[in-house]
Amino acid sequence: MAHIQLQEGLSGIRGPMAYSPKTAKPLNELAEILLRDDDNTLSRGERELIGAYVSSLNDCFFCQNIHGALAGHYLQCDMHFIDAVKQDYAAADISEKMKALLAVAGSVQKGGKYVTVEQIDKAKTAGATDKEIHDTVLIAAAFCMYNRYVDGLATWAPQDRQFYTERAPRRAAEGYIDFDLNK
Amino acid sequence: MPHIKVDESLAGIRGLLNFSPRTAEPLGALAEILLRSNEGLTPTERELIATHVSYLNDCYYCHNSHGEIACYYLGGDMDLVNQVRNNYASAPISEKLKALLNIAGKVQKGGKYVTEEDVEKARGAGADDKDIHDTVLIAAAFCLFNRYVDGLGAITPTDLSTYGPRAKQVAEKGYGNHIYTKAQPTPTE
Repeated sequence: MAHIQLQEGLSGIRGPMAYSPKTAKPLNELAEILLRDDDNTLSRGERELIGAYVSSLNDCFFCQNIHGALAGHYLQCDMHFIDAVKQDYAAADISEKMKALLAVAGSVQKGGKYVTVEQIDKAKTAGATDKEIHDTVLIAAAFCMYNRYVDGLATWAPQDRQFYTERAPRRAAEGYIDFDLNK
Repeated sequence: MPHIKVDESLAGIRGLLNFSPRTAEPLGALAEILLRSNEGLTPTERELIATHVSYLNDCYYCHNSHGEIACYYLGGDMDLVNQVRNNYASAPISEKLKALLNIAGKVQKGGKYVTEEDVEKARGAGADDKDIHDTVLIAAAFCLFNRYVDGLGAITPTDLSTYGPRAKQVAEKGYGNHIYTKAQPTPTE
């Protein structure tokens, strides 16, 4: 049971967002710009993958599954591929740049000071721009917020992972700003 | 030195907000709602929660910045701010705020660390759903802000006398784009 009275039937972050629309607005706007905006050299799939990876490190079931499903939707790959990236991205079939950015994201998850100059240099050598590094750090930091918001209030999450896979195409099409919390 | 090229005349998160104005917009709006609202928790209590979480995250820029803002609201009582920062249990603050700081500290470790007992204790001390919601989200948001600042190696002034003028600016005019687009306040003003 959630720690505060939330509308029944709303899963994950939707409960607190319905409870507090004023804070939901900037939270959703931030997600829209970070994860979905087209003015970005990281693809939507790559950005969702960073979100899913950080959410798995934070052990947030709801977030890692919905963002993992979104990454799978954009990258046209299945749950097993996303799970493999979460478990051992270094061995996964992704670019060297993405591996270097996931290393940065993993350090941010532990704490900002864990990011090393060596990690940044490696990402730059693999082709990452300042904006890509900025966005990676901010996506990882943002998920350290979203994950804590979801689990810190003990929200409810459907346990069937297929639920998230089925929801992903609709979320991908509608984005994070204009959507019905009940659908 | 910052990991990316930022305007070096802008301290801490200000340089990052200036680097990325589009993400600065919702981050500023979130800070304004969470930290300056008068509904339920006071702005002082909100800044004290932010200071405590930033201290736990070892973010020097953030815990000093928000500590100074809380201090401004408290009429200059830095002793109280320092107590809340690292030893709130013995600070002369309400039992409700102590119980909420306990929840904030759990959120800092991870969302799942918050227990029903933590929440019941806060309720017993007078906290309502909105107080608990806002505490969890303030703590979670500072787990973002602190990581953003230190994860990009933002410029962190070590001269503590530079923090007061920026705190005064925020306390009087709020959060938002003006903190990185306007001339920066200096200790001599």
